[in-house]
Amino acid sequence: MAAITTTAERGGLLPPRFMKRPRSTEGALGWMTTIDHKRIGILYGVTAFIFFLVGGFEALLIRLQLATPNGKILTAQVYNQVFTMHGTTMVFLVIMPMSAAFFNYLVPLQIGARDVAFPRLNAFSYWMFLLGGLFLYSSMLLGGMPNGGWFGYAPNTSITYSPGHNIDFWVFGLLILGIGSTASAANLIVTTLNMRAPGMRLLRMPIFTWMSLVANFLLLFALPVITVALFLLMFDRQWGTHFFDPLAGGDPVLWQQLFWIFGHPEVYILILPAMGIVSEIMPVFARKPLFGYPVMVFSGIAIGFMGWGVWVHHMFAVGLGPVATAAFSVSTMLIAVPTGVKIFNWLGTLWGGSLSFKTPMLFAIGFVVMFTIGGLSGVTHALVPADRQQTDTYYIVAHFHYVLFGGSILGLFGGIYYWYPKVFGRMLNDTLGKWHFWVTLIGFNLTFGPFHVLGLQGMPRRIYTYASNMGWNFWNMVSTIGAFTIAAGTLIFIANVWKTHQEGVAAPNDPWDARTLEWITPNPTPEYNYIEVPTVTHQDDFWHLKYTEDEAGRLVKVADGAGFIQRMKTADDHIHMPSPSFWPLVAASGVPIIGYGQIYRFWAITALGIIVLLGGLFAWGLEPGTEPPDPDDEPHAPPALSAPEAAGELAAVGASGGGDLALTSGDGFTPAGTEDLDD
Amino acid sequence: MSEPTMTDAEIESDEELAVEAALEARKHHPPDSVYILIALGLAVLTAVEVGLYYLKASTETALVLLVLMALKFSIVVGFFMHLRFDSPVLRRLFVTGLILAVTIYTIILLMFGIFHF
Amino acid sequence: MTELAAHPPTPHAHDAHHATATGISNEKMVMWAFLGSECLLFGALISTYLLYRHKSVSGPTPHSLYDIPFTSVSSFVLLMSSLSMALAVAAIQRGDHRRLRVWLSTTALLGSIFIGGQIYEFTSFIRRGMTIKTNVTSGAFFVLTGFHGVHVTLGIIMLLSLVNLSIRGRIPQSKAEVIEIAGLYWHFVDIVWIIIFTVVYLIP
Repeated sequence: MAAITTTAERGGLLPPRFMKRPRSTEGALGWMTTIDHKRIGILYGVTAFIFFLVGGFEALLIRLQLATPNGKILTAQVYNQVFTMHGTTMVFLVIMPMSAAFFNYLVPLQIGARDVAFPRLNAFSYWMFLLGGLFLYSSMLLGGMPNGGWFGYAPNTSITYSPGHNIDFWVFGLLILGIGSTASAANLIVTTLNMRAPGMRLLRMPIFTWMSLVANFLLLFALPVITVALFLLMFDRQWGTHFFDPLAGGDPVLWQQLFWIFGHPEVYILILPAMGIVSEIMPVFARKPLFGYPVMVFSGIAIGFMGWGVWVHHMFAVGLGPVATAAFSVSTMLIAVPTGVKIFNWLGTLWGGSLSFKTPMLFAIGFVVMFTIGGLSGVTHALVPADRQQTDTYYIVAHFHYVLFGGSILGLFGGIYYWYPKVFGRMLNDTLGKWHFWVTLIGFNLTFGPFHVLGLQGMPRRIYTYASNMGWNFWNMVSTIGAFTIAAGTLIFIANVWKTHQEGVAAPNDPWDARTLEWITPNPTPEYNYIEVPTVTHQDDFWHLKYTEDEAGRLVKVADGAGFIQRMKTADDHIHMPSPSFWPLVAASGVPIIGYGQIYRFWAITALGIIVLLGGLFAWGLEPGTEPPDPDDEPHAPPALSAPEAAGELAAVGASGGGDLALTSGDGFTPAGTEDLDD
Repeated sequence: MSEPTMTDAEIESDEELAVEAALEARKHHPPDSVYILIALGLAVLTAVEVGLYYLKASTETALVLLVLMALKFSIVVGFFMHLRFDSPVLRRLFVTGLILAVTIYTIILLMFGIFHF
Repeated sequence: MTELAAHPPTPHAHDAHHATATGISNEKMVMWAFLGSECLLFGALISTYLLYRHKSVSGPTPHSLYDIPFTSVSSFVLLMSSLSMALAVAAIQRGDHRRLRVWLSTTALLGSIFIGGQIYEFTSFIRRGMTIKTNVTSGAFFVLTGFHGVHVTLGIIMLLSLVNLSIRGRIPQSKAEVIEIAGLYWHFVDIVWIIIFTVVYLIP
């Protein structure tokens, strides 16, 4: 786990040439060896967006097939693969990693840190995500994609009913993704607790960081449960065990229990980050503090805790008996309380505010409305007799799309528009953004609104077609039109991104007149984040530097935000950032190799994967913290490097090869002087 | 929550650090004999457990075995893993996971009717 | 600019003395977080065993094949390895490198004896007709103890690596926390066995 190098020792046990840790952050190699949380965040975001397009394409296939009765676009077999992959992709390859993109980019910035606690582990988590996603999709070329639903119920996923490797790819793919996410969760928890700037007490942290902390705790504790479930399924399929085989005394319900113990906290993992984003956006665009910040924090924590006590509501029709069913019905109703509190607090934030309806705000408001609708249908599922009618119908599909698309996706898009200038140094076009929003919103409601009706009319989930006399034709067609409308909206977004990067107009540093620390860094954020780590005295500290209130409670501008933007680094600054590293990528690549070896029973390949993994981990643990000795390390001899060279040659610090980063003592914000040479 | 304990970067030589560490060690860490005593206690508890196994099986013996197990668990966690003397943050991290696990899995086993009342 | 130059970050003195907002090192905190999550992992495996204990429809079940005296000795060995681990940590905290290596090696040795015992036990079960796929009870048994065994084995590899590093002078007294963190992992693996021994072997 912990590495034993010191900055003073280089090369160590392995031949120096072999162990040469890269120094450059340029080019493709720079991206492959990056351990910079911001780059990793961008990697997560771009990759997740590509998977969003793939998952969206799968959705369009589904909608084409179901647009009319007796659809002939997809066979039943292919349909099963498409809806399984649509769900698996959207949950594991889109919303989770897109949220991770935000965690990675923002959490260190929002708490005033220079990076996460374990930068190389952070990179490893990203590579596990990418490789896990590719592994899952490689099944397309290797016999067929997973086809047992995103929830993989036994015994349908057993070798008897799912011969072939489809489910094996699902099992191993999710295991790979799970390892990456668990590592990332632990990393971010330690970062948030340990690497806050001076004065950044927990209850001064931005609300997004709080929601991330809760979500990461959920990840840390929920992923092991699905890990066990997946292993049990794997053993049933590969080694002939009987965990889910009723004939041998096994119980398929065990799969459901283990899956949903993970699965319910998972949905809070999917929504809390987006809630955090909305809570960041609304105060800025209402020019008012978040209404009831402590209550928002505690309701987030409450949702995190209570989320562990409701999982059986996914199993109301399984026949667990009245005691279990009634108990979980009550707990499910109760969890609506902290969620509802948040809705009211968002409304309270808007009330009396000086509202600006720029794109981020539109998405945030869209989130609140759509999520409320989804939450209301959710409450109806909490009533067991009602749920017995609703379960396995399109009514449920309506619910979760309202909360996950109308909620998470809209929230995440809002975050993309909001933080774009900070990440890329440019603003996305607001007019195109508004088009994106409205087209998407209309398309979304056209797609999923009808599902409430279809569900209550009895249309079951996961059917590949339906007869023409069921009375479902009209709304299915409307829904398909809606789906293509969403696609159009997405194209507008892509066009916006393209246009923004073509035109290259630089964004101002604080374009939204924002409240939180990350906005005081120059655009785009430099590698080291803060030239001087700030000392925090208030929640929403940046806002307090710019504004105060007069006796009548009106905002009075005290200083211009631009005056607080930090300057760029010069050769005199001794900021030590960890060097890049290959080993996270190398170690990560061993894991899918093990997966292929296990699926195809090729022990040599499994062994190769294990060697690559273990070798990568060993090299990671033993590589020097810096390569080679950095003249910058001498406190009294000014380095003879020019500024651009200094940028490429930032030395690593820390016993764990970049684990703990030096925090220079802060003495508040440094007003910007002249803009120094850009590194 | 506690204020951050950040100080200015203190430049200490390896020597000074070693002296500091030695003082720390004597302050917070017991001599070897304490660990040996604890291990002996654990061994005795294990012997009792094995002895109980050979008694007539009953709910009472099962309960006592569970209590002994919990006792050994707590001793190792508290003393060998030092959680008793470490920061409450660490205790909360671990105990949260532990209590969550025990609660959830007890509920599952109840739903499977494993515990017959 | 000059203020910054006056406070260069220390080139060597980091790890445990490094300032974190909680005063706990990142490495130690992450290990405890990981152990918290492992509770959920082993909890699921133990629950699966408890669920399937009496549900087999055929084949020999573990209870009919146990050799409690043998397993008691194994358990005792693992318990003593926790002692040697604690002594190893105490040694390096005092700066006693020789004892560190002795106790780390002892821990690895005791762990290996435990694994040896496990392998012997498993092969004897298999010879007597109980494999992982014989029935649900045997399946749950082998998966639970198998996961535990893999954890112990990884621990042994880690301990031997640490002995190696110590021999090469890469573990000075100031880095005692690394051993402590390895110790946390090792003790955890021990307490999981404390639970398994009682719940799987001893409870009727």
